[in-house]
Amino acid sequence: MAIRKICGIETEYGIVFRGVDDPNPITASSILINSYLSDLTRTGGAVHGAPGVGWDFEFETPGADARGVTSPDSMPPEVETHMVNAVLTNGARYYVDHAHPELSTPECGDALSVVTFDRSAEVILEQSMRAADALLPEGQSIVAYKNNSDGKGNSYGCHENYLIDRDLPFGRIVAEITPHFITRQIFCGAGKVGSEIGFSSDLVPFQISQRADFFEEEVGLETTLKRPIINTRDEPHADPQKYRRLHVIIGDANMSEVATFLKVGTTAIVLAMIEDDWIKRDLRFAEPIQALRTVSTDLSLTAALPLLGGGSATALEVQRYLCERAADWGQHHGFSVVGEEVGPEILRRWEQTLSGLEDDPESLVSTIDWIAKFRLISGYRERHELEWGDARLHALDLQYHDLRPEKSLARRVGLETICDPELVLRGMSFPPEDTRAYFRGACLAKFGDEIISANWDSMVFDVGSEPLRRVAMMEPSRGTASHVASVIESSQTAAELLAQLDA
Amino acid sequence: MPEREQIRRTPTERPEEAVDEAPSSWDAGEKLKAELDDLLDEIDEVLETNAEDFVRSFVQKGGQ
Repeated sequence: MAIRKICGIETEYGIVFRGVDDPNPITASSILINSYLSDLTRTGGAVHGAPGVGWDFEFETPGADARGVTSPDSMPPEVETHMVNAVLTNGARYYVDHAHPELSTPECGDALSVVTFDRSAEVILEQSMRAADALLPEGQSIVAYKNNSDGKGNSYGCHENYLIDRDLPFGRIVAEITPHFITRQIFCGAGKVGSEIGFSSDLVPFQISQRADFFEEEVGLETTLKRPIINTRDEPHADPQKYRRLHVIIGDANMSEVATFLKVGTTAIVLAMIEDDWIKRDLRFAEPIQALRTVSTDLSLTAALPLLGGGSATALEVQRYLCERAADWGQHHGFSVVGEEVGPEILRRWEQTLSGLEDDPESLVSTIDWIAKFRLISGYRERHELEWGDARLHALDLQYHDLRPEKSLARRVGLETICDPELVLRGMSFPPEDTRAYFRGACLAKFGDEIISANWDSMVFDVGSEPLRRVAMMEPSRGTASHVASVIESSQTAAELLAQLDA
Repeated sequence: MPEREQIRRTPTERPEEAVDEAPSSWDAGEKLKAELDDLLDEIDEVLETNAEDFVRSFVQKGGQ
């Protein structure tokens, strides 16, 4: 039986420090995030709770790691450059990862919730840029980009996470989800000018995926070198007897809300179908890496990809099959594990998008990033009679993902929106109510001063007289508003909360 | 997001197209072309001024 597909997205943003000689991306990322946190502390403590609570890296012992702590007392508007790792009152983690600012959404109950919190993350980045620019000297500025490649062979990720049943054999997951990961890019690719693995602009003027160039293995533990289609990191951040967390590293970061919705929604449904043994055809490709790259560079969507068991299929045919099975699965099982209302909407969008790709891809110009970007860039190219290798086309590609609203080209191409704008703003400060993220966020908002640190599956409280108390949160579907809102509401202090939880 | 709102509002500002019951693909193509022309006029004003420098200096190491 499929289990509830609790899911989330972690995005590493590209970062540019303008007006600085030899800019350091770690410093820029730190300034960006610290500026946001100190702005929260200065302006909205009551609303935003305790932005300075640090991430807990320890598993067994209370984390005394204070590297993320921005003391609420440190209010002067100085440029903070220390590495930061904070937990926000919406349940998200906002930190410097390697040389990028990264924001992991809280655990969400369905794909629409993920899209909403992914949008909230974009607005947090927007505010961070404004806060940083206000602190920086005249002429300096920090800009964040929601993309996955610098066009020079360096990539950074937009990872997804899905809760899956530990009983499901990992080999089956690999066999049955890989064809989806190779083919789903036809609707969730973010588009890219050129190739980063040596093909000329004559051979690959534009491709569907930002990330396809960077994958070299079918299965593996790596995330920065020889990236694998299936990442085997086994870190459930939940009860390891019951759950796995599938850590998906192959996706592009999307500017289109519909594309993010389809990326997460279809993947959640396919994983649920695998748990219910609902995929009856062997869709494994004979050469997965080659297939991934072929799909990415085939804008006609007609390439026949050899299957391991003989014969071939196009990316569209594989997606058609999965989509048809999903309709059948929904009829038999209902959509409760992917969202009673959201599930049918995923299916409707999925069917509509595949029909659009088959009949008239340009009809998807307001929902699919690579199509919107291709139309914009090829239109510009024709108007100015440019060659595909021209720097101006690469610049357009990058600027599509610029998160400054006044500069972002994605904001200008007429992308359809599906999130409630009020919920997007609310999601900057308040957690989802239907996962354990609620407990994390609500506790931080109310008892922030008494929380030492937090991570995905626990929180550490300091209630004064007693030793530090770690509260485990090993069940991602518990700690929801319906479970704990009244307990949090009726507790005046963390000590009272813990006493009630113990009772 | 004024730009997005502006673009999304376009159909209601052109009711003769919005009420067209079964626009042929040719009509849709013309409309898309007109929208694209407007968009290209508009983005000329926001594009990074020195594309070559911008692209050359956009280097992002150390990602996953």
